[in-house]
Amino acid sequence: MRPKGAPQIDTIPRTCYKFNPYTAVCGPPSPCMHMTACAVDWGRYSSLQHHTSTVTEFMPAIEVEHLTKMYGPARGIQDISFSIEKGEIMGFLGPNGSGKTTTMRILTCFFPPTSGRARICGHDIFDDPFAVRRSVGYLPESVPLYRDMTVAGYLSFFAGIKGVPRRARPAAAAEVMERCGLERHARRMIGMLSKGFRQRVGIAQALLGNPEVLILDEPTVGLDPRQIADIRSLIKGLGGTQTVILSTHILPEVSMTCDRVIIIYEGRLLAVDTPANLVHRIQALPRLYLEADGPADVLAAVLSRVDGVRAVNPAGGASGTSAFIIETEPEAAIVNDLARCVYEQGWTLRSLGPASMTLEDIFIQLISDQERIRP
Amino acid sequence: MNMLTIFTKELRSYFSSLIAYVVIAMFLVVAGYSFYTYLVMFLTFVGADLKVGLWQYTFHYLRFAPLTLIPLLTMRLFAEEKKMGTIELLFTAPVRDLDIILGKYCACLLVYSLMLALTLLYPALIGLYFSVAPGPLFACYLGLFLLGAACIACGTFVSSLTENQIVASIVTVAVLLTLWNLDWNEGVAGSQVIAVLHQISLSEHFLNFIKGVIDTDSVVYYLSLVFFFLFLTRCSLAARTWQGLK
Repeated sequence: MRPKGAPQIDTIPRTCYKFNPYTAVCGPPSPCMHMTACAVDWGRYSSLQHHTSTVTEFMPAIEVEHLTKMYGPARGIQDISFSIEKGEIMGFLGPNGSGKTTTMRILTCFFPPTSGRARICGHDIFDDPFAVRRSVGYLPESVPLYRDMTVAGYLSFFAGIKGVPRRARPAAAAEVMERCGLERHARRMIGMLSKGFRQRVGIAQALLGNPEVLILDEPTVGLDPRQIADIRSLIKGLGGTQTVILSTHILPEVSMTCDRVIIIYEGRLLAVDTPANLVHRIQALPRLYLEADGPADVLAAVLSRVDGVRAVNPAGGASGTSAFIIETEPEAAIVNDLARCVYEQGWTLRSLGPASMTLEDIFIQLISDQERIRP
Repeated sequence: MNMLTIFTKELRSYFSSLIAYVVIAMFLVVAGYSFYTYLVMFLTFVGADLKVGLWQYTFHYLRFAPLTLIPLLTMRLFAEEKKMGTIELLFTAPVRDLDIILGKYCACLLVYSLMLALTLLYPALIGLYFSVAPGPLFACYLGLFLLGAACIACGTFVSSLTENQIVASIVTVAVLLTLWNLDWNEGVAGSQVIAVLHQISLSEHFLNFIKGVIDTDSVVYYLSLVFFFLFLTRCSLAARTWQGLK
């Protein structure tokens, strides 16, 4: 509560950073923390909060501007900007170590960025970290759990942490357990649960208190295919009402669950687009997969003579067959020519179609695109 | 509110794991044995006048509890959360670092108080047959409690530095024993240095209480140790946010 006779928020001198939760008492002031910590502590009770909460109606759920985080001299992430609309499911795609977790930790106010700004539901991560934390449910990558607690006990504890009054906690826990299919395991020790159920407990924890934004760091890693399908449909069900960011390094996951994708690589933002557009952009350079039962060297020589073929790269193949990835000229419709060519040599065509893109292909493609634009 | 939630959870996990039971049982065995032997000694050599020496001897012996058992209670406070990664959930929940620290600290303090409360059996037993002076006894308990409060704060801080519980407990024991023995050898330093060491060592202030003296100096000393170490804990938790700041 604001102490009696305390000055209004706007009159607090900007150099006062004493109570800033980021810097503790002896922490160095950050240049970005231009709003003071006094505003942080009183902000929730002051008129400032009313002001921002009315504004949120017209704001994107998440706005990120020029976020940079340095780890000593090393760069964690560099100049990342994007914005996410309410109800959108955003995929965060990148190889391990590309800065996904760093970005998520900044958005959950685990630590502040070196520079840049971010707003979640209209709350600035510097000005009002507690409002940000209240509007975010977070599942860290390691799915941290207290293994010596029961599922219900664990969820009630976090309901309490998130400010649910004591009497409402069992109901809050029961609600998320139902949504995640955990009702039958409520009284079991978390340490005794299988990996899939532990993952669900983690997601249930993030769902507690119906936060407007859910940030899930690799929610399907280490699960079996059925569990992955369950979790995906659970996440899909959240879209529309809740804004979801989920990170992954699995390509199909994004196209199955997400409305839009952010691609991040070595701390840099490569693209923000819908999965369909991305696939379209990437397939500007079409690649075909061909498998036939002829000898590899002869087959390669014959195929590379077809009009419109740029390169023929061997891609293994089962025993007795040879497989190739064929890069063609853009817009060249040569599937028929390739098939005829194989047929005329007297070999059997086993497979011919668009080559499936791996995540690496996409990164290489996007990076080379970018370097072409900005040499 | 949040502090209370964390406090309850910590208390529950002390008693749902074996730690609290094992530590309390160990304490009662050693404390009971020392009480028994001192009692027999006093009855044999000093006669039935137990008012003067028995409590001094027993409580001086009981200092082993804060110095060696408290590190076993405090080692898990933050180290375990860091190891399991659950600290990340607390750091991203709408909880202040201070609430986390105080919740954990108070839970540990309550376990320790319970440990001490169980030894009230000794004066109760003695009281059946002899008279017990309540004043000095209260001073003894207060001294042991305050010493424990300071030791728990120290252990909390050390636990926040590492994710290895064993390291946390060993370092805590080392720090506490050093603080206890700081002024034990008056020959190694000049008298002025010793005067300062007397003021900052754990033992000198504790001996005051044992003698039945409640000195404001000593109370303030232990309380400021508590504040000092909890402040360091808060800085150590906030250190995660310092990386990469300009």
